[in-house]
This record gives sequence, structure tokens and C-alpha cells, in this order.
Amino acid sequence: MERGNKIMAPPAAGAAQTGKLRRFFNVFGPFLGLALVVVLFHCLEPDTFLSFYNLKTVATQTVIVALGAMGMTLIIISGGIDLSVGSVIALSTVAAALGLDAGWNPLYCFALGVFAGGACGLLNGLIITRLKIVPFIATLGMFSVVRGVAMYLADEQKVDAPRSWIDSLMDINPEPSWLVLPPGVWLMIFAALLVAGMLRYTAFGRYVFGIGSNEATARLCGIKVERVKLGIYALAGIFTGLAGTMQYSRLTVGDPTVAMGLELDIIAAVVIGGGSLSGGAGSVLGSMIGAFIMAFLKNGCDLVGVPNYVQKIIIGVIVVAAVAVDQLRHRK
Amino acid sequence: MAEMKPLLEMQGISKSFGSTHALTDVAFDVRAGEVHALVGENGAGKSTLMKVLSGALKPDRGTIRLKGNAYRPTSPIEGRRAGVAMIYQELTLAPELTVEANVMLGIEEKRFGLLGLKSMAARVRRVFERLNHPEIDPHTLVADLGVGARQLVEVARALITDAAVVVMDEPTSSLSARDTEKLFEVIASLKERGVSVIYISHFLEEVRRVADRFTVLRDGHTVGTGDVAHTPSDEIIRLMVGRQLDEMFPKVDHERGEPILEVEALSGDPLPESVGFTLHEGEILGVAGLVGAGRTETVRTLFGLDRLRAGRVAVAGRADRGATPWERIRQGFGLLSEDRKDEGLAQNLSLADNIALPHLAPYARHGLLSPGRMKAGCRTWMDTLEIKARGADQQVVDLSGGNQQKVALARLLHQDAAILLLDEPTRGIDVGSKVTIYRQIGALAKARKAIVYVSSYLPELLGICDRIGVMHRGRLVEIRDAAEWTEQSLMACCVGENQ
Repeated sequence: MERGNKIMAPPAAGAAQTGKLRRFFNVFGPFLGLALVVVLFHCLEPDTFLSFYNLKTVATQTVIVALGAMGMTLIIISGGIDLSVGSVIALSTVAAALGLDAGWNPLYCFALGVFAGGACGLLNGLIITRLKIVPFIATLGMFSVVRGVAMYLADEQKVDAPRSWIDSLMDINPEPSWLVLPPGVWLMIFAALLVAGMLRYTAFGRYVFGIGSNEATARLCGIKVERVKLGIYALAGIFTGLAGTMQYSRLTVGDPTVAMGLELDIIAAVVIGGGSLSGGAGSVLGSMIGAFIMAFLKNGCDLVGVPNYVQKIIIGVIVVAAVAVDQLRHRK
Repeated sequence: MAEMKPLLEMQGISKSFGSTHALTDVAFDVRAGEVHALVGENGAGKSTLMKVLSGALKPDRGTIRLKGNAYRPTSPIEGRRAGVAMIYQELTLAPELTVEANVMLGIEEKRFGLLGLKSMAARVRRVFERLNHPEIDPHTLVADLGVGARQLVEVARALITDAAVVVMDEPTSSLSARDTEKLFEVIASLKERGVSVIYISHFLEEVRRVADRFTVLRDGHTVGTGDVAHTPSDEIIRLMVGRQLDEMFPKVDHERGEPILEVEALSGDPLPESVGFTLHEGEILGVAGLVGAGRTETVRTLFGLDRLRAGRVAVAGRADRGATPWERIRQGFGLLSEDRKDEGLAQNLSLADNIALPHLAPYARHGLLSPGRMKAGCRTWMDTLEIKARGADQQVVDLSGGNQQKVALARLLHQDAAILLLDEPTRGIDVGSKVTIYRQIGALAKARKAIVYVSSYLPELLGICDRIGVMHRGRLVEIRDAAEWTEQSLMACCVGENQ
């Protein structure tokens, strides 16, 4: 009879190769999708789609989702989720409008909009870490509460506010003209670089990945998991607040009913960009590409004259397809 | 080496969980630069003792001294800072981070808030050079490493904080032969550097290879310690198993009938490895082996829960190459999971629901379920198996472990399974419940049911089984009639000291 010596299957041979392939898809999968969308619409609308003006338009339309996606990227990498983003954006537009209406300095009102987002994020974080409620439920609650607070503050109607420089942050042809791109687009680019750098070059960034990848290990290594999570949600709230003030800039009124369901677009952008809802995976570049894929799709469909309902169907299919690809990647 | 004063001394350590005494007055000491093997059967208290050492558990009584000073860690981080590094059985790495990020997790170097990536990578590289594994690149993602390399990352994590004592809990249980050799070399180099290693293992051949001294734990007591070189393996095995038989095994006479299940070269992914046996009607076939030997995987693969990589299963003469759990149940299989909390029972459903779940037909009339009949049916099982509960609609989660296990067994009886695969059916339950379950299993055999009985508790295997097979590292190494085994020979076979 054969003796059961150490005859065990060697650990998956060629693991390094499959790893490299996986990495390749992680980075280039979303790029490929973006290229596909751009080429497709360029063929359909060769004159207008890739014109400089249209590209500026798409970039401007991406700003709000992309800023929201910066925070959502942090949250999703850490293994969490935030469903309250749409409501927070609405609250933030209302806050900025109320400040302006009261005659405050626009700079303070801008800060107020951002602060409103940060405060909501902090509250999300506190509920999750102190009450030990899973992020899905905690932010589902906040989704409703914050929308209600926004409607209360706005007296259930749009809040008109005097004109200020905030209104022009999202102008497609910016003043002064040497800016080339609207200030909102520059803000988006700056935010993306900041978050990407933070994820790569700071201990905080590492803890975000560490917690999402293996929370028990993070705790074992002495990381103050609760504090880091609080930081993640508060920081994400600040980005959502920024997205909210950009939303205000676009509308030039405070609107408590704006951005209904926008959190789903933002989550979709992160997921299309390779973020995994089980945590540990995701990147700023990917999320930006995800946001651009959706913006290009909407813009292209509008140019070609594809009806709105078809756009919705296409975006839904892309989200599911992106996650299906993600699943295939995770299988050996 | 004998005169060396101990680096680590644990004395009078006791720890209870509820009414179970996991550790009673345990003494354990480790000298500087030695490899000390901690051995014992499953559940002897090795892991609990190491949790106390690492700071993950607080002992009820006892003192620990490290490097001559009192040592009372309140968390694994404190233990780590004091110089005790654990390498756990399940690896504790973040797969999505790089090797460097994993090794430096929690102790990153920062300058003006930014990470010192270059200097950290260099430090990690130096550690791997010291371990004679310069080929491990700090920038690789851990997810892309093999199991052996991952273990080295854990060792590196221990070394980077200058640990004085490194605890390795079953480090080779998931390693290939080549990676095991590499690990042994690493242990030798740790020793040269004056680092002490506590090496927990069931495998006596490994203990012989790497350890200087050993300590045996049994049922939460220290039963022996000595030099490995001067102690024959027989003696260590005797210390591991030598307990009094204090339970009764009610014998129910039963007769072996026709073969009903024939298994040929059954292989799973990755375990088991080419397992073959024949099971007869009215037979209880015991399966012994250590944790990780592939016993659970064998029954899961048989039942269709895990993928069948290769092999053939013939039920009552009809062969197949794997089936779904649904098909297996239709063929008359029933599986009792070792994990009754997460898998075996629906904890927040009632007794009646849990028992009726796989086989609702008897309780239905005109396609509608009758709760009254379900409860009545449940009550007969409660009587048969002496289940102590307030009633048929009590939630399972409120029952004691023993009663929960009886509910799980009642479900198989209700399902009227002909081939029962029982995985650790008496683990963690009281003696009274055990005796009830033994008697019921005997009665099942008498009713011509065929039973596969997986257990880590050798006396019960010897007490109730007709034949016993032993699994070792994925293979079913040997099957003999129960009368031809002794506890000693079973244990020897389990740890790979088979003659």
C-alpha cells in the first residue's frame, strides 16, 4: 500500500503568468472598453464626436460623476459602499444656494457645500464604525435621511440664489480663455491625481487596500481599522461635497431633488473601472475611465439620436458585462 | 544546550470557555535559539496555548515570562512588539497588496507623510536575502505567489520586527514537499540567528527533523516534555493518546450485507487524492486522520458539494463520474456536515422546519404544507433521539450543541437516507448526547443503512465502527477491521509513522 508521504498537488503552476494576465486585463480592460466606445461613435458621427468642443462637453459632463467616483473608489477598495451620494449632492447644492441667498461670500458658500458633504461622510463613517452597521444599510438610511433634510432646508422647492463666480465653474468656454478647460474639469483632474497619489504614496492609502483585502490581518498588524474607515468615509464625503457644488454650478440653483440615483452611476463607474465590491481592488485611473465610458456613451447616443431608454439599457448591460469580466478574472 | 536558561517560560496557565477546560495548569518553556515542538491530538489545547502566548486570549490563571521579564500581552500587536510573532495556520496576508506592503503593514516608514517606498523595499529585500530567498521580489502582489512563498512572506513579517520567538502553527499543512524543505532551511537559519521557534505539528517525522525538544499536550494538560533525540516516536505517540476510556459505546448488533457504495480513485480539487473503498449495507466505516488530511473533502466530493476531479462512484452497482447533491440525495445519500453552525442547520428556523426541509412530501396535502403534521412528525423524532427542546417550533439556535447535532441527525433519519456520510458527528457535544448518537448509529446499521463515520476521536472510532480507514495527506492509506487497530497504531498511521 502506498504511503501517504508528502505527495500533494504543487501550488498552481504558472501562477505568476496568470497573475500578469490578470493585471493586464485590470489595466487595459477598461481602456479597451473606452476605446471601443470612442471608435464606435467616431464612425457613426465622424464630424462632431471627436471635435474639441464635443470632447470638452464630455469632460464637463463627466466632472460630477468622476468627483463622486473618487470618494467611492476609496470606499469600494476598503470593502464598503456608499448609497447616500445622490442625496448628499442634493444637500450640498441646497447648502451652497442657501448661503449665497443669505448674501455670504461665494467662497464661503463653496466651502459650505463641500463641508456639508464631508459632514455627511463623517456621519456615515460614525454609523458604520460606532454602531457596527454594515455600510450598505448605514448609507441606505443616510440616503433617505439626507434627502429629507435637503428637502426640509429647501422648503421642498428649488432655492434661487444670486449669480456668483461659482456659476461659471462648469462653463464649457471658460473665462479667462487661457484656462482652455472649465475650472471644474481642472478640479476633477487635480482630485484624481491627489487620490491616486494618496493611494500609492501614503500609509493611509495602503491601509485602505489592506482593510479591503483582509480586515483581520490589518487589525492584527496594529492598524486602527475603525479610524481609517472613519477617515475614508469623511474624505469620500468631501469629494461628494465637491461634486455637489459642481452640480450647483451647473444648475445655478439649489435643488433638493437633483441627482436621484446618481450614486448608482458612480458605483457603476468604479465597478466598470475594475473596482471589486468584495474589496481590495480598484484604481483611480480605472474609475476615471469608467466615468468617461458612461459620459461618452450618453453623449454619443444623444448625437446619434438614440433614445434615452436605449441608453439606459446599454449602460446596464455594460455594468453587468464589466462585473462578469471581473468574475472571469477572479476564477483561475 | 541543556544548561541554557529559558527565553520564554509559561507556568500554571489555565483557560476555560464556559464549562470546558481548554487548558489546565499548563507549563511550557522555550530556550533561546531552540526549535521546540508542541504536539498533541486535535483539540488538545495547542492552539489555545499559543493564542494565550500571542495575546489573542487572556489566560484565567498563570504567568508568562519573556527574556526574564513578566509578559502580559493584551493584544497580538502588543505580543508582536514584545517579540512574539505568530505564523498562523490560515495565512494572514492581504492578497491584493504587494509583498513589501504586507511585510511592512502597520510599521510603514514615513517621511513628511509620504511612504519611504525605496527604503522599505530595500529592507524587505534584505530580509529575504537573510532567509536565502532573494528571488522573492518585494513588488510582487501576494495574490501571484504560491503557497510556499506566501509562508515566507509571513516569516519575513516576523523577522522584520526582530522577533525573539516565532510560533509556527502547522506550517506545512498546505505546503508541497519542496516548499516544506525550504521552510526547514529557513527554520535552521532562524536558529543560527538565535531566534527560538515553537513548531506546532502533528507530523512526527517533521518534529524529528527540525525540533530540539518537544512538549506534549493532552486534554489541556502538559503530559510530557523532553529531547527529541533521546525519545523514541513510540513514546511520543503514547503520550499523545494515552487517556482513559471513560465513555460507553453501546453495541448494537448488526450484520454486513451487500456492497452498496463502491468508490474508485476518487480525487477532488485539490484533496482527496485517489481514494478508494467499498461500503456495505449495514456497515459502519470509520475514517480517521488529522485535520487537513482530506476526510471532509472526501465526503463532500462524494456528496457532490466539491468538484470531482477524477474517479468513479458506483451506487448499488450503477457507476457515475460525479453528481450534484440533488442527485445524490435522490440516490439515498445523506450528509451530516462537520460545520453545523454555518452549514448543517438553518439556525434561525424551528426544529420542525429544519428536520422537514429536505423531505416535505409527507407533510403536504393537496400541495399545501400542514404545519400541524410537520410538528407532529418532528415530535416523534424528538422522542426517538431524546432531543431536549421546549417544542417543535423552538429555534435551533437556542439549543445546546448536542441537541443541535441530534436535530441534524434527525433530518437524515427523516430523509430516510440509505447511505449516511457523517462528518465529526460528536464534535463539541456532551457525553450524554454522544451516547445517544452512538446508539442511534448502531440502530441505523441494524436497519441495513450504510454509514461513513469521520472522526478525530480515536476511541469512538474503535468503539463503534466495523472497519476503519486512515487518511494521511489526501490519501486513504489503509483500511483494516476495527479489531485489528489500536489507538496507538491508528495514531501512528495518522501521523505518517505507518509500518
